[in-house]
Amino acid sequence: MKRVHVDHAEGRSKSLAPDGPAPEREAQPRGARIRGNRPVDHAEAAERFLAASDHVSFHDKRLWDLREKRDRESHGIAEWEELRGLASGIKEHALTRLDDYLELFEKNAAANGIVVHWARDGAEHNRIITDILRAHQATLLVKSKSMLTEECGLRPHLEELGIAVIETDLGERIQQLDNEDPSHVVVPAVHKLRSDVAEVFARTLGTDPDNDDPAYLTEQQRRSNRPLILDAKVGLTGANFLVAETGAIVVCTNEGNADLCASVPSVHIVSAGIEKIIPRAEDLGVFVRLLSRSALGSPITQYTSHFRGPRAGGEMHVVLVDNGRTARLGMAEFWTSLKCIRCGACMNTCPVYRRSGGLSYGATYAGPIGLIIDPTYNRHKYSLLPFASTLNGSCTAVCPVKINIHEQILSWRRVMAENHEPKLRKRLSMQGAAALLSRPAAYRAAVDAGNAVLPHIPRFVLYNPVNAWGKGRDVPVVPGQSFHAWYKANRK
Amino acid sequence: MRIGLFVPCFIDMFYRDVGIATLELLEKLGHAVEYPAQQTCCGQPMGNSGFTAECAPVERLFERNFGGFDAIVCPSASCVHHVRHKSGIARGVADRTYELVEFLHDVVGPGALPPASFPHRATLHNSCTALRSLDHESVPELNVPFFSKPRALLAHVAGLELVDTERADECCGFGGTFSVTEEAVSARMGQDKVSRQEKSGAAFVVSADMSCLMHQAGCAARQGVGLRYVHIAQVLNG
Repeated sequence: MKRVHVDHAEGRSKSLAPDGPAPEREAQPRGARIRGNRPVDHAEAAERFLAASDHVSFHDKRLWDLREKRDRESHGIAEWEELRGLASGIKEHALTRLDDYLELFEKNAAANGIVVHWARDGAEHNRIITDILRAHQATLLVKSKSMLTEECGLRPHLEELGIAVIETDLGERIQQLDNEDPSHVVVPAVHKLRSDVAEVFARTLGTDPDNDDPAYLTEQQRRSNRPLILDAKVGLTGANFLVAETGAIVVCTNEGNADLCASVPSVHIVSAGIEKIIPRAEDLGVFVRLLSRSALGSPITQYTSHFRGPRAGGEMHVVLVDNGRTARLGMAEFWTSLKCIRCGACMNTCPVYRRSGGLSYGATYAGPIGLIIDPTYNRHKYSLLPFASTLNGSCTAVCPVKINIHEQILSWRRVMAENHEPKLRKRLSMQGAAALLSRPAAYRAAVDAGNAVLPHIPRFVLYNPVNAWGKGRDVPVVPGQSFHAWYKANRK
Repeated sequence: MRIGLFVPCFIDMFYRDVGIATLELLEKLGHAVEYPAQQTCCGQPMGNSGFTAECAPVERLFERNFGGFDAIVCPSASCVHHVRHKSGIARGVADRTYELVEFLHDVVGPGALPPASFPHRATLHNSCTALRSLDHESVPELNVPFFSKPRALLAHVAGLELVDTERADECCGFGGTFSVTEEAVSARMGQDKVSRQEKSGAAFVVSADMSCLMHQAGCAARQGVGLRYVHIAQVLNG
């Protein structure tokens, strides 16, 4: 019998950190500096991340490893490209009939005994959840991973009201204990080394600071979290898919913590963005095959749980959240970003993300998908993000739902320029470059200015002072004659 | 065929020999090649920064310079991608604009190439634009049959041994204005690329895109790596 080798997602990832505690622990680089509504400076945060050499090399290798596993899985399925086409088509179909499918979902979910709530924005979402918690006199919420609750700021909102929130996903728990946002939509603490985790757990859970063995750390976290899950009256999960025709909610995880949050407390709340809708149960046959292969290069998540109604004697609530999604649906160039199934493949393959870390984006969503959806939440604050890309297009090529990510990044740059978001200096240099490049005689004079050429070239080709190029690279050697001059001397 | 030779601004300034190799190669194939003297740039640096409207006068100039040719050939994938797929240059002109490798492979045919010799071990660098926007090679992330236009052309070069570089499809970090706005990430990506190229055992790096090579050569020089960077036109021209 042929032995089938199955990669078990996160659990099987090899340790890339050196064995034993390093003699000098490298401090974990922190994310972008948030200064009110001022544009987030990704380049500045990236430079600090790059200065932490152990962190950046681990981060890059770990995520490239996921990209390679994703390649192996996707190349092992003959109909992979057909699946991507189907997934894209199903999502576009659902998004263009979103109102119909949402109402169908509401009707079917309600018939199954689920209470359906509608939230216009993050504040409404948080209020609805607070009300449910208060109705049950709950002072504790156990939750599994949800990017939507990050988007809505649920945790700080509840904590302010005196309601404790416990993240039960290991990576999210690490981030919560360290008071940091998740840096990746699937592996939220991937920017941390295990020595960083040992430090966080020693500080917050009282573990041995010198023991950074992953099994030890995981077990300690489990021991501190499990009793809380058993005590909780209310649990919250996200949703990967909302099935309109059945009113069911599908949650895909690897740790089983979402199932505990959904099943142990008597009240289960689901937070779901309205774009998670798919028409039919059979559509899952497309998405479930794509999701984990794209995300972690594993054939399927450990748990693919279908929730169709409250458990006996319990309650189940679904909060359907807009929070800017219908506005995005109306953006001709950007609406297809709503197809995203949050697999993180674009982040794993992105050479800029791998070398700058998710927190350098200073936004809920990092990496290529973040570059195109963060500006829909705040155009000014995230006006520099679309420039944190080489437009290499690998994100588009790995996207399981075929979002033209790199083309949308370029479109956002145009939107930023049209809205005068780039600094005046850049706008003037671009206008200056255009003026020069549309006047051949002036252009030629600039090129032919002999030795004076070099200081000018980077300014009008690359618009910035030459030292930005020359910091890590040598400038090209000018051959002393342009092709133009050679041609004039040799051909005409 | 009357060919208009479009030499990108940075090749004109920094890489005269790449322009000469492209010209000579096209001439050897029996074409009437002309370099319009009034050419400047395609507008890509502004376009990729989002300044689309500012490109218009540059694009009208491009049309005036190249409108009269049967084909426009350029030794740079990113410039051709911009002209053909992104710019406001008139369709009739944009559609006749070819990147050198695709012109040699798709229009001329690899069999018609003049004899060439390059007795060296080299590694091929496909620019991201050549790879994912101009179909030089099958996109590695996609589950599609393998093909490679530059490799098909290089197969005709005597003595050339091609070796693979790890993470060959990973961007080298040039990215136009990205190379200065995100200087730290760009330089790190370039250094990582150069280190892997060095590990491949190659003496030369061959590419259809001189802009990537300008960045990589700059990193290699700073790292003290002795790799040499050549444009594919220089290799195919013998």
